[in-house]
Parts: sequence; structure tokens; C-alpha cells
Amino acid sequence: MTVLPIRTATAQIVDQPPSLGEELRTIGMVWQRELIRFERTRSRILSGFIQPFVFLFVLGYGMSTLTPTIHGFGFTKFVLPGVVAMTVSTTAIGSAISIVWDREFGFLREMLVAPVSRAALVVGKCLGGATIASTQGTIMLLLAPLVGVHLTVAVVFEVIGCELLMALTLTAFGISVASRIQSMEGFAVVMQLMLFPMLFLSGALFPLAGLPTWLGVITRLNPLTYAVDPVRHIVQAAQHLTPQAAARFPVGVSLFGTTLPMGAELGIVAALAVAFLALAVSGFRRTG
Amino acid sequence: MAQLEGVSPDRSAGALAGEAEAGVGVAAEAGVATEVGAGAGARLAPERGVAAVETRALSKRYGSLQAVHDVSFSVAAGEIFAFLGPNGAGKSTTISMLCTLLRPSGGAASVAGFDVARQPEAVRRHIGLVFQEQTLDDHLTAEENLRFHAVLYHVPAERVAERISRVLELVALGDRRRDVVSTFSGGMARRLEIARAMLHTPAVLFLDEPTVGLDPQTRALIWDDILRMREEEGVTVFLTTHYMDEADHAGRVAIIDHGQIVALDTPDALRRSVGEDTVELTTADDAMAEQRLREAGWQVRRAEGAVVVFTADGESQVAKLIDVVKAPVRNVHVHRPTLDDVFLHYTGRQIRDETAESSLSARGRAFHARRR
Repeated sequence: MTVLPIRTATAQIVDQPPSLGEELRTIGMVWQRELIRFERTRSRILSGFIQPFVFLFVLGYGMSTLTPTIHGFGFTKFVLPGVVAMTVSTTAIGSAISIVWDREFGFLREMLVAPVSRAALVVGKCLGGATIASTQGTIMLLLAPLVGVHLTVAVVFEVIGCELLMALTLTAFGISVASRIQSMEGFAVVMQLMLFPMLFLSGALFPLAGLPTWLGVITRLNPLTYAVDPVRHIVQAAQHLTPQAAARFPVGVSLFGTTLPMGAELGIVAALAVAFLALAVSGFRRTG
Repeated sequence: MAQLEGVSPDRSAGALAGEAEAGVGVAAEAGVATEVGAGAGARLAPERGVAAVETRALSKRYGSLQAVHDVSFSVAAGEIFAFLGPNGAGKSTTISMLCTLLRPSGGAASVAGFDVARQPEAVRRHIGLVFQEQTLDDHLTAEENLRFHAVLYHVPAERVAERISRVLELVALGDRRRDVVSTFSGGMARRLEIARAMLHTPAVLFLDEPTVGLDPQTRALIWDDILRMREEEGVTVFLTTHYMDEADHAGRVAIIDHGQIVALDTPDALRRSVGEDTVELTTADDAMAEQRLREAGWQVRRAEGAVVVFTADGESQVAKLIDVVKAPVRNVHVHRPTLDDVFLHYTGRQIRDETAESSLSARGRAFHARRR
């Protein structure tokens, strides 16, 4: 039995992969949908602020009684950039749950059968999550005057830049995990297990200098460390700390005896963003 | 090949195609890929010169399980073509291969003139797809869902607004365009999905169990939608169903069982092939009745709680049948054969209600989940 070839419209076999313009339009649309959905779920916006509020005001003032305030700079001011970074990371990773959500409610199929690349869908999702997370982080940042942290327009924009990069990395990380996990519960558990240690070991809540060796090693292995430090660096530089205060609340991550420049830290985060995006795309390819 | 009569007059292009190509599926049982539809395809779809859907010995194997076995058929442009069979017969597997969601393990298929294995991206651009389960974003409005689809299917920006208005109008949901989908009933959501699948003016519209789990009134509305889409947009419709009455809307029906096409023709021709009449007998001992009727040379099938006899001129045969059965007969029902009877005739089984129920509850779950 021979199977005759199927007659096709074109003489030679030519497929029609999406053009770059079509891919960019898709990325824009997926991004926009993430924003619409976020804006429609007010409870999600509010709940995103509860944890950072507790850390800033409760932990911040609580710890101030233990740690001395030196020349007007105390723990609450120190912890603010950490809390901003915390808001961004929690929101970014949390936004990846939309993949699990989409699968549960069937919308993922609508996206996966469309004549677009999986990469465009992933990039759109990641940019959407990054935009939402940076927005939340920036709202937190604007609370700075309440705890006496001085901000300039330049500082705000620099921090937003760091937030976007950090959020992109973490959303991509979240999606690379979410695309490999089938259930909503599973995702929540995995994220809780990873997010909490990552936050505590990132230097968001305490200075990294002078830690016991084992703890120092772990913090250096934590990717979040390199995303948190630039934010603190930018905010603290605008506070005009006295040398004594700067010594008590140091910034910078030292690796093999040298303190990394901020550009190197951001470079590490950017490299991780690319790596996690690739992982997220490959995870998405296996989803069906 | 034009052995086909009794095609309802409202089907123009599809009817002609059916005429030219009836008998294709019958060849499928042997897996013989006959050269069919060449003339008809060229005549009916001059812009493409090929059938809207064509398969040759299409197969899908999962390990030792042959889910689809040497299926060959051809659907002409503008036709409404139904795959009728119980759950697990291979309907969804076939539709998934045609929509490039599954790779065939044997044979070939083309959709809208593109090869599903070698030109999957081109195929996807030219088909509309409505899944068995709901795939809308219920946080978005009807319009937002449609706009999302329009962009992902590359509808030119300047045409998006016009197409959205058009498809919403076709399913009579124009006044709900700014409402969030979570406020829609199951039937409305389904109709919105059909509208969405038509947004990018596909050549072929695939509907996988389009009305499962919906009440009869809504099912009728959805059929109006489908027929209107065919009429006004000239789309070819390929659907799967296990509702017999639904297959009646189709120009041609392929009956699929255990991954193979067991019959393919117009609903009328299928009914005629079964016999002119169906006599359903409920007796005190159906097994005995079946055996005696068979021994007497009647065409008999055993159905649930009845034996079914396919014969010409049923009314006048009733006395003879009762005589043959020799057991107490509780009920006799003579009727023109339905597609139910056709399915029973070709497979020896009824499309059982339990299959309808199981997928109904699946959809119910999806609906329930959507509401949360």
C-alpha cells in the first residue's frame, strides 16, 4: 500500500512562520493582557503590600531598638531598599502563577495553538510580570519619606531601572518553574520554599559584611543578592551618610576579596535573566 | 461516482463536493487512498485548487494502541463535515492531528491546502479552532478576548475593530462586547468562542464537540451560528460529535469507531443504507428474539432493552416479526431510521448515554472552575 502525497497549495513546501513584526505585536498583546488582569484584581494589588509593610514598619522599628542609629541613619532607613526589593521579587515570582492559572482555565491552549512562537508568549508574560512587579516596588519606594529616606528624581529612575531588571529575572525564573509544574498548589509550595530563603539570604534585611563564612558563601550563591545590592547602593548614596554610619551599614558584595562594582552586579542579574528566559521558553515548549 | 441523491437543496457548493466525493470514506476501511476529489477540488475551490481537508491513511499510534487507523477522506471547500462516534473512537485525536497539535505517526493530511506535518504554521494561520473545554479568559471582556485573538492570529491592525464587530454580530453578542466573560452563561461563552475562532477568517473551522453539555435551546442557537458562519463567511466546517441529531446538520457524516471510518456518506444516504425502516421490539427475552430473527434471515441488532430490525416496509412486517420471535412482545416501535440506528447498524453498538454524561460532567467542571 502506498500513500500518495497530499496535494498542497504551493508547489514547493514553504511554511509561514511569524514575522518579527507579528512576534512583537504578540509580545505587546500578551504584556497588555497581564496588565489588564492585574488591574482588575484589586485584592492582589493590596495583598502585595501587606508583607513589605510589616517588614518596613514592624521589623524596621523593632530592630531599631537593637541596632544603634548613627548620625541619623538607622535600621529602618537601611531596610527600606531591601523591602522595595522584597516587594519586587514577591510580586514578580507570584505573577508567574498566571501560567498555572491559564492552564487550569484553558486559556493556555488558546495561546499555544496560535500561529506565534512560544518565545514571544514567554517574553510577553515576563515583561508583563516585570512591569507589574516594578510598579509595586516603586509604590513602596515612594513611602521612603515616611521613614525619613531622602529621594531625588534621579534616584527613583535609577531604582526603577534596577527593579525592572530584577523583576524580569525573577518572573522568568517563576515561569520556568511554573511551566514545569501542573498544579496550583504545587506551584505555591515550591515558591514559598524558594522565595523565603532567597529573600532572607539576599542581604535585603541585614548587611552582608562580617557574616560567618558559611552564611557568607550561601549569600554569594544567591542570585537575589546581586539584585538587591544595587538598589541599596543607589538609595544609600543619596542619604549622604557619615563615614561612621557608612561603616556600620556597608553596601557592596565582596567576592574573592574584591568588592564588585555595581555594573558587574547588574551584569550578573542580566545574564541570569537571559538564562531563566531560555529555561522558561524551553519549559513552555514542553507544555501542551 | 455520482450515486448520491437526496442532497438537501440548501447546500450548494458542499452538496456538489459531497456528490463528487461520496464513497471516499468507504475506501478507508481498506486503507486504500483513492485519487479522489481532484476534479471536484479544482472546480470548487479555484483559489486553492485543493480540498479543504484531505487525509490519506492518516494514523496515530500510542505504543500498542492504534488510536486512529488508516483514515482517508476528503472535505470540499464550503462543506459541513461531521465525525460521529463515541468517546475514545479517535475523533479528538484526528482533529488534533489536523490542527497540528499532534504529529501523525503514519499517513498524510492537508488542511486548507497545507501539509499538516511540513507546514504546521501555515495550517494554524488558516484554521479556526473551538475546543471541547472553554478557553476564554473570564477576567477579560468579550471584546478584549477577541482583540487578543486577533493579534495572535495576525489580523491586520486596521481590520481588527471591523472584524470584532462583525463576528460579534454573527453570534448576536454585540450588546455584550464590553462585559466581562465571567458574567456570561455557558452557552454565551461557547458562542463567543465560535465567534473568536472566525475572527481571522479561517478557511476551515474545527469544532470539537461544540454543543456538549448545553441545553437543547442553546444547542439550536449554536447551530444557527454555525450555519450562518458557513453561509456568510464561506468557511468549511469540520466537527466532531456524538449527538446523532447534530450530525444531521452536516452535509456528510463519517462514522468512526475504534479509530477507523466504518461509513461515510450524507445523512440521508447513510439512513437509506440501513434499510427503509427500523422496527424496535421489546420482548420478554431479547436474546432469544435476536437469535430467532437472525436465523430467519432478518437484519438484526441488539440495542439496550430492545432488538432492532432493519427492513423495508416496516409496518407490514410487524406481524411476521412477532410470529418469528415467539416470545411475548411488550412493545413495537416502527420508525424511519435515525443516525442512531445507522450507528447501531455499522458498529453493532449504540452511542451510549454514559459517554455523553462523562464529557458533560467534564465540561460542567470546567464551567464551575471558570466561575470561581
